[in-house]
Amino acid sequence: MNPSDRPGNRDDEQIVLSSVDEFLAWGKEHSLFYLLFATACCGIELMQAGGPRYDVDRLGMIPRATPRQADLMIVAGTITHKMASRVRTLWEQMTEPRWVVSMGSCANSGGPFSKWSYSVLNGIDKYVPVDVYIPGCPPRPEALIDGVMALRDRVRRYRTLGERDTTPHVVAGHDAPFGGHCKVPDFGKPPEGKA
Amino acid sequence: MKALAFDAIATAVQARFPAVLVQKADNGQMALRVPKASIVDVAHFLRTDAQLAFDGLSDLTAFDTLKYPSTPPQDDICVVYVLFSYTHRHKVLLKVHAERAACDVPTVSGEWPAALYFEREVWDLFGVRFVGHPSLRRIMTPDDWEGHPLRKDYLYPATYNGVAHLRDGQHFEAAPPRSGGPL
Repeated sequence: MNPSDRPGNRDDEQIVLSSVDEFLAWGKEHSLFYLLFATACCGIELMQAGGPRYDVDRLGMIPRATPRQADLMIVAGTITHKMASRVRTLWEQMTEPRWVVSMGSCANSGGPFSKWSYSVLNGIDKYVPVDVYIPGCPPRPEALIDGVMALRDRVRRYRTLGERDTTPHVVAGHDAPFGGHCKVPDFGKPPEGKA
Repeated sequence: MKALAFDAIATAVQARFPAVLVQKADNGQMALRVPKASIVDVAHFLRTDAQLAFDGLSDLTAFDTLKYPSTPPQDDICVVYVLFSYTHRHKVLLKVHAERAACDVPTVSGEWPAALYFEREVWDLFGVRFVGHPSLRRIMTPDDWEGHPLRKDYLYPATYNGVAHLRDGQHFEAAPPRSGGPL
């Protein structure tokens, strides 16, 4: 049998109709290149998320060394007042559409430094618009992936001519497995007699 | 190579500079209290003397004696020099007190170039002006920062760069005082 005669392989069956924006959003959602940028211990979890165990590469997330090639900025760690203007510069160097994930308590609100520190910024959202907040100190890689999943929902809804969703999204607590955003399979009760 | 104990080092220094005092801290750590005006001469002697040969400046830091439980109460800024001799494997601590209002100490960067960065840090955080330093700029905080944060009477900034330091609705009862705005 000629391969082109197999069902679904004919030329007239190879056409899918879509809107341009939907097609672009589909592409963006599956290739969220992120800026390799970390300022504190959240960066360790970010690296772990990129490592072989969690491997965010499979989500199309490839680290980029320059903001000009990045779609997503993951603010991972404590931001001081001195650093904040640099973060803003990096964000301005990214091309539209650009997304920001605030990872961990420090980037969300100053974290443990918010009360007694003179130098730490109380939340990166004072300098750049944040799309997704991930709580945790630091959040586990699962929580980061959960935040990325929440962001992917938003990227999928992005339309070039439409109005952009600017309401920040907060993912669930870091101790919930996959934060509750992803479906966790129900394994049922553990067998009797096992702790 | 002959490592000297603190007493031998103190005797050698005091033979040359009688104004140098021996100080014992509360934790038993011994130090040499050096008058501010003679710190460069003492440093030069410690570095070049063959028996002492303090060829390394391990650390140069400071602390604020304000609120320190001492009688009579003090308010000096104390600059601490930690010297180490790679030749003889011995070390010594120097302390120099600078008055809070006119806080200036001669630089020792002519003796140990490592002091260039240490002195910038102490200037930044404690406001000790090192006379003769070629480039005394802030190193930790932004260039336009006001005040010297590690001084005990430092007022926390209410805003920086137009950004409020506290979030909306956030207030602390026992937090350090901030200039301007509510606590």
